[in-house]
Amino acid sequence: MQAVIDILSWIFIIGGSFFAIVGAVGLVRFPDFWSRLHAVSVTDSAGVILLIVGMALQAGLTLVTVKLLLILAFLFITGPTSTHAVANAALVSGLKPRSSVDRDDADAATQDDKAGPT
Amino acid sequence: MRVIGTAVVLAGLWLLMSGVYTTMVVGLGAVSVVLVVYVLQRMDTVDGDRVEIRLKPLASVGYFIWLLAEIAKSSWSVTRIVLSPKMPIVQHLFSVPHTQKTDLGQVIFANSITLTPGTLTVETDLGYFLVHALAYAPEDMDALADMDGRVSAIEHPKVA
Repeated sequence: MQAVIDILSWIFIIGGSFFAIVGAVGLVRFPDFWSRLHAVSVTDSAGVILLIVGMALQAGLTLVTVKLLLILAFLFITGPTSTHAVANAALVSGLKPRSSVDRDDADAATQDDKAGPT
Repeated sequence: MRVIGTAVVLAGLWLLMSGVYTTMVVGLGAVSVVLVVYVLQRMDTVDGDRVEIRLKPLASVGYFIWLLAEIAKSSWSVTRIVLSPKMPIVQHLFSVPHTQKTDLGQVIFANSITLTPGTLTVETDLGYFLVHALAYAPEDMDALADMDGRVSAIEHPKVA
């Protein structure tokens, strides 16, 4: 039983490390600010979830697991919120994302963003 | 009633976080709980602000599990883009309408969009979100509309 849990937790931890490294590689390879935000969100979501689940399996049913799950819960709320804050700050301060898709309302969407978040 | 509930939650949090059950540490915890409840009580007379969570509990758990699966799927697709030699990026900024009635529902929807790699909410406005996508495909609109419906479904129907 212990061996099964160990193997499972190693799969989770190695998987989480893989996604964390992928996020870092993407951060270097991607061409501009907006695409890099997406690369980091792989580390932010998949990497963090897998690493914490793997660590919780290592810790077993202890107080450490409770703390890890609380950390996960808070990261689930603060992670996207901070990403949104960075993206919104970039948009408000005038860094326009390049769009590869043809559109005719390109100005309409970014016009009224000077006011910032409400 | 609210005072007792707050005290119980705070005490439980202290006991779970500390893990040291000597008389002094638990006593310090009890003093902290009493102090915090007292301060909250005083603040309540200044503004009676309440955060109301009106979600269906079971449906929320179901949504959370569905969201984990979505995160897994989209993480994998972003990973493929990162590791492919050509990096097929099709960046696009578009608006997504939302149908949630409560602020909390809108927060859950916007954060869910950001949490799934490949899409992120840039701006929230009345009735729609501005969403930036890394690899935009026309199906994305349907996927986001599906997510929108799922978030609206976990909101409690009786919302003032």
